[in-house]
Amino acid sequence: MHIAVCIKQVPDTKNVRIDPDTHTLVRQGVESIINPFDLFAVEAALKIKDETQATITVLTMGPPQADEALRDALSRGVDDAVLLSDRAFAGSDTWATSTTLAAAVRKMGDVDVVLCGKQAVDGDTAQVGPEMATFLDMPYATFVKKIEVLDGSALKISRQTDEGVEIWKLPTPCLLTVIKEVGEPRLPSLRHKMRAKKATIPVWGVADLGLAPENVGLSGSFTQVVRVFSPPRRTDRVLIQGPIEEQVEQLFRHLKESKVPGL
Amino acid sequence: MDYFLTEEQQMIQELAAQITKEKIRPVRAELDESEAFPWEIMKVLAQSDLFGLYIPEAYGGMGGGILENCLAIEQLAQGCIGIATTFAASGLGAYPILLFANEAQKQAYLPDIASGKRLAAFGVTESGAGSDVSGIQTTAVRDGDYYILNGTKQWITNGGEAEIYSVLAITDRSKGPRGASFFIVEKGDPGFSFGKKEKKLGIRASATRELVFQDCRVRKDRLIAKEGMGFIVAMKTFDKSRPGIGALGVGLAQGALDISVEYARKRVQFGKPIISFQAIQHKLANMATKTEASRALIYCIARHMDANDAPDASKVAAMCKVFAGDTAMEVATEAVQVLGGYGYMQDYPVEKMMRDAKILQIYEGTNEIQRNIIGQELNKEYSRLKETFF
Ligand SMILES: Cc1cc2nc3c(=O)[nH]c(=O)nc-3n(C[C@H](O)[C@H](O)[C@H](O)COP(=O)(O)OP(=O)(O)OC[C@H]3O[C@@H](n4cnc5c(N)ncnc54)[C@H](O)[C@@H]3O)c2cc1C
Repeated sequence: MHIAVCIKQVPDTKNVRIDPDTHTLVRQGVESIINPFDLFAVEAALKIKDETQATITVLTMGPPQADEALRDALSRGVDDAVLLSDRAFAGSDTWATSTTLAAAVRKMGDVDVVLCGKQAVDGDTAQVGPEMATFLDMPYATFVKKIEVLDGSALKISRQTDEGVEIWKLPTPCLLTVIKEVGEPRLPSLRHKMRAKKATIPVWGVADLGLAPENVGLSGSFTQVVRVFSPPRRTDRVLIQGPIEEQVEQLFRHLKESKVPGL
Repeated sequence: MDYFLTEEQQMIQELAAQITKEKIRPVRAELDESEAFPWEIMKVLAQSDLFGLYIPEAYGGMGGGILENCLAIEQLAQGCIGIATTFAASGLGAYPILLFANEAQKQAYLPDIASGKRLAAFGVTESGAGSDVSGIQTTAVRDGDYYILNGTKQWITNGGEAEIYSVLAITDRSKGPRGASFFIVEKGDPGFSFGKKEKKLGIRASATRELVFQDCRVRKDRLIAKEGMGFIVAMKTFDKSRPGIGALGVGLAQGALDISVEYARKRVQFGKPIISFQAIQHKLANMATKTEASRALIYCIARHMDANDAPDASKVAAMCKVFAGDTAMEVATEAVQVLGGYGYMQDYPVEKMMRDAKILQIYEGTNEIQRNIIGQELNKEYSRLKETFF
């Protein structure tokens, strides 16, 4: 079984600051880490590898420094890594990102399972996993908390929803996005750390993936970030309590007082 | 400070520091309170390959030496020496096997110790035999293909939790210093049981128990080296392990210093941060100087011992233990003073460090005994010199 894990390098949000003038992230001096949810995806893959003969390839699209994130994953026991890096990828939205990642999975050829974190902590869209699956024409499940390999060609998974837990059987190849319940990410081992330090990591660009430059990066994106700003402070909130009839009455009065059109 | 460590040695430091930061610091106060055995962390250490640092690759280890082991121990000790002692004590139990066991014994035990699959322990001390190891009463009597062990070992670190025990017993009392031998005893061997877990001042995450042997029968292939080699095995083991106790001291002292400096910069009294008072600065200066001196001593001696079959091993290993152990006690005590009343409260980690530090002056030979060793070695060394210095 070949598992591809997609990871993203993000600023360590524990230390992130917003520039009060430009309203953008101050990246200077902020350590980069693997997106925490993607680390759960790495752990989920390693758990499968503990039980079966799986090999794991970790993928990231990013600038050359994203190499560090890949080596971090290698030091935890992942077998191989590929860096998708090209000037043409800059400015990708989720559509362009999943186009690029999907092309890489296609190029790898023999991938049985693609694992992603449920979302990235910087963008918080949770779109890349499902979009990739759609591009790859794979069945997918989101918010997965448990994965069992049934045989070579199917998985039994549990996914957490607001209502409860759904248990699904999925044929492979398929894509899963995982949540933290898959298990605490393991730390590196010395042997893997030494291997990771020496590993040569292939870098794939637009041409390697057989993509047209206009379909990736900023030009391949349907959305563009026009401006980033800190939301204005919310005005005072009122907590309405008591029996339901009184609550409705109070709410109605509040809305009326705040001159909501139509009341 | 650049200690000219290799890339691999730096990786060991980095990895152990990450374990301390992510796994040990968050739980140390809780484990100190509950006295629960740190199995979770032992599993992390096992999976990280750190248990086999000093064990040759042929037996599943990483092929390093005393220095590599000390680097890991130091980083773990910055978090908690209760946990770091648990880790280091497995090495103490392994050394008699590594240094003196035959090939079959090494193959049988070292790979599991190196992978952290099984913990080891070292059983020498008894109620009547602490500093004076020759006072041990536990006996091993040969009976055909077996030895039968009887007696009780006291205060054995990892007792009850470890699965592999290196145990010293008298095989022939009439032979005096040549009358003791080391045996490998496994948890589950018939006639081998454990006493109650001790309640302690410090290192409360580590387990300390009695080992009880009541007609405990082990096959004769559990004898390490030859009959009568016991005290030599013990001595050579301590030569290898004592720099590691020093490393526990360096780590603890560094941990206490880090908290002290950070605190002294923040705590304001008389309108100024207390670090601006010379009395506090001088304390911090002494703490930092002695901590660095201990580290330099240990790295240097560990390198010396790894590179040479050092004839002065007993002396220099004792120096590591005595100097870094005393430093840790002093630095931890001063750290509590720097933090004042806050330092005395369990909400801050330095009171635990002060309680923990005391053990470094007691186990693996008290610091008085270390000074005896250094003194006796000096006497021997100088007796061989023809030269006069007057
Ligand atoms: C938490 C803990 C864990 C331990 N773990 C282990 C273990 O894993 N395996 C093991 O075998 N043992 C272990 N020990 C035992 C430890 O090694 C002994 O406690 C130590 O060697 C001292 O022996 P003692 O306590 O009997 O003190 P004693 O020997 O009774 O000494 C009492 C005092 O007299 C001093 N003294 C004694 N003789 C002399 C002398 N000749 N010259 C000057 N001063 C002297 C000592 O320095 C000390 O201050 C452990 C002990 C503790 C407390």
